[in-house]
Amino acid sequence: MIDTTIGSDTVAPIPVREILPWLVFGALMLLAIYFVGAEEGATSIFKGMYVHEWVHDSRHLLGFPCH
Amino acid sequence: MVRSLLIRGMLVGVLAGLLVFGFAKLFGEPQVDRAIAFETAMDEAKMKADLAKGIHHEEEPELVSRPMQASWGLLTGVMVYATAFGGLFALVFAFAYGRLSTLGPRADSALLALLGFLSLYVVPNLKYPANPPSVGNPDTIGIRTALYFSMMALSVAAMIGAVTLCRRLLPKYGVWSAALIASAAYLAAVVVVGALLPSVNEVPADFPAVVLWRFRIDALGMQAIMWATFGLVFGALTERASIGRLHRISGHAAVPWR
Repeated sequence: MIDTTIGSDTVAPIPVREILPWLVFGALMLLAIYFVGAEEGATSIFKGMYVHEWVHDSRHLLGFPCH
Repeated sequence: MVRSLLIRGMLVGVLAGLLVFGFAKLFGEPQVDRAIAFETAMDEAKMKADLAKGIHHEEEPELVSRPMQASWGLLTGVMVYATAFGGLFALVFAFAYGRLSTLGPRADSALLALLGFLSLYVVPNLKYPANPPSVGNPDTIGIRTALYFSMMALSVAAMIGAVTLCRRLLPKYGVWSAALIASAAYLAAVVVVGALLPSVNEVPADFPAVVLWRFRIDALGMQAIMWATFGLVFGALTERASIGRLHRISGHAAVPWR
């Protein structure tokens, strides 16, 4: 018979219903990444170019399309 | 449990951000400066040519100075990015822990970071590589951003599918074969997606190849540092915390996951 587990210990997973409420924070994280990666480029929440210009170098170096 | 994982993830993100910033400052910034020098030379040549034809250009006001962009601006962007990804990593870890493997938190964390690095950065960037300033047409930023994020989303979806497939195949084929089949499925999916999505090539004809290469390698290095920090430090801290918890429950030294 083929062993179906890699390790010898079994770890109890965290129930999904316990994780779900915390996904609100996940949405906040995605919003933060949007501001570094795309705000005032393809789309804008704020007017002007200040956010874009401020994070300009990191946007390029983190691999996001810029300009 | 999830709360402490999330806080730990964000703290590890802060640490990763500082390491990435150091690397970016040391290696990435000189390439950005070279690219901007190229851009400035191109703009000046164009301005001179236009002036000869009688067309005048207004100087664009500089919102943020170069030294600011290269220091506090870079630090802000990198810290926000790494902290946010650290938090996301922790939330995905909360779900993957005990489901991805039964090797314990260190291995789950390292494996998750490796899969994240591959599916969120390496694969999307093989199709749409990172570009320094002066590479890229401002008129196509909308479509380029949409394509890049689509490639990312499809790559992550393919990775989730591959991991699910691997778990399904595990009982019948065993770990080695199941992982190989799932890897092949992921690779096939992203190759098809990459072949179907349109290519973008907006590198100016005489842009220095060495600067482009170094810029892209440095960008890859930044991501490697970030994901390695997530995988290794988050895993080690979570392992230590769970040993501490077991210790408190059982009342004697428990050393699981060895």
